[in-house]
Amino acid sequence: MAEIILEEVTKTFPVDGQSVSVLAGISLSVAAGEFVSLIGPSGCGKSTLFNIICGLVKPDSGRVLLGGRDDVRAGEMVSYMPQKDLLLPWRTVLDNVILAREVAGEDKETVKREARQLMPLFGLAGFENCYPAELSGGMRQRAALMRAILARRRVLLLDEPFGALDAITRTRMQRWLLEIWDRFKQAVFFITHDVEEAVFLSDRIYVLTSRPARLCLHLDVDLPRPRRDALLTEPRFLFLKKQILDALLGG
Amino acid sequence: MNRKIPAAPMIFLLVFLLVWEIAVRATGVPAWLLPAPGQVAGTLADMLPLLLEHSRSTALAAAVGLAAAILVALFLAALMDFAPWIRQGVYPLLVVSQTIPIISVAPLFIIWFGYGILPKVVVVALVCFFPVAVSMIEGMQAADPDMVNLLRVMGSSRWQVIRLVRFPAALPSFFAGFKIAGTYAVMGAVIGEWLGATSGLGVFMTRAAYAYQLDRVFAAIIIISLISLLLFAAIEILARLVMPWYYKERSKG
Repeated sequence: MAEIILEEVTKTFPVDGQSVSVLAGISLSVAAGEFVSLIGPSGCGKSTLFNIICGLVKPDSGRVLLGGRDDVRAGEMVSYMPQKDLLLPWRTVLDNVILAREVAGEDKETVKREARQLMPLFGLAGFENCYPAELSGGMRQRAALMRAILARRRVLLLDEPFGALDAITRTRMQRWLLEIWDRFKQAVFFITHDVEEAVFLSDRIYVLTSRPARLCLHLDVDLPRPRRDALLTEPRFLFLKKQILDALLGG
Repeated sequence: MNRKIPAAPMIFLLVFLLVWEIAVRATGVPAWLLPAPGQVAGTLADMLPLLLEHSRSTALAAAVGLAAAILVALFLAALMDFAPWIRQGVYPLLVVSQTIPIISVAPLFIIWFGYGILPKVVVVALVCFFPVAVSMIEGMQAADPDMVNLLRVMGSSRWQVIRLVRFPAALPSFFAGFKIAGTYAVMGAVIGEWLGATSGLGVFMTRAAYAYQLDRVFAAIIIISLISLLLFAAIEILARLVMPWYYKERSKG
């Protein structure tokens, strides 16, 4: 069953008295347990699309179905992790990762116990009582991802989660994200502008044109899992990468 | 909190007092016009029990007034966040109200509330309210809108957004205003006592000034400064207890 379905979603924003079309009829879907990436040039409206799925922005036309329904509150279906980690600076790591469940009114101690057990998996063991300011960039992103996963929603929305990290940390985080995904089996909708990252991680990839965003390519990534580093130099990988680059540059 | 008192200002202060002492002795200025620091110190020691008694009522008025100002300010800040139309209506009035000199309306409080502690508390609260309210309201407004959105997607109620994001985000700004208010508080209480009261350092000062006992006036000034410093230090300690995260962030640079 499809967790997310977008049907002909359009959005225009007023800029300096003129209306600028940002999304021009986007249709896509994310199935249960699937890893789907959305790739497009910077500023093409990826984040607007993201906000529409989260329910923070209303589309001008088109439909957003979550779990097959258009009347659910987005937050019940999806949890998201933004590019800025948005950890609350006044909360310790432990208090940050349980936030969604605390908001839902669950017993804090129970959720904390669950979170403590997961800390090693997220490379945060021993840092439970640290404040975000005391963590490295990679650790902050892992804590933000843990917060999103601990919310226990059916879909994870990740908006360029590794965009601000250095290349080495970024590569490590990609490998690690696949392990996490494999373990929790949530559907992932991943926004990025890094072609290699998208191919390495995804089952399917949607490519957007620059503003106003349209879909210019829909690609099945038929590479075996688990994905290994050796994949990066295989002909099939390079072929898929080239197809996306052509779509991005040609469109 | 293990910051040392820097030596340089202490040296300047000592030199200043020494010059003052020598100047008074050399020129023979009468004590009712300008007492020497040594004489003030002696008076301070002699009068200490009486000064402390008056301090108690001044400090009490300052503390109660400050606490009242903070409670009202926090409540108002939360209310303005719940209902933007209240902010639009009240906030400009709040700013304009600061053009009213408190000292000119203080006599009204004596008429309304008598010579006890209440008019003093009201003066202190009015003086302290503005910096605390403005810093809290501005601080809550400045909370990261993306954090607020994150909480909304999680399904937070408005109150949860205030409690989990806006209030804590406003704390550094709030404490900046709190410290300013703390220094105003003792001054406000003393002004309240000048205008009419039965006890307090302001009363002590007025009586001493009428009798040209300037050594006593200076002794009272020293006590007032000390109380203000203590209050300031207490607020600083409170800030560190309430926002350890903020000081860790700052020490990291």
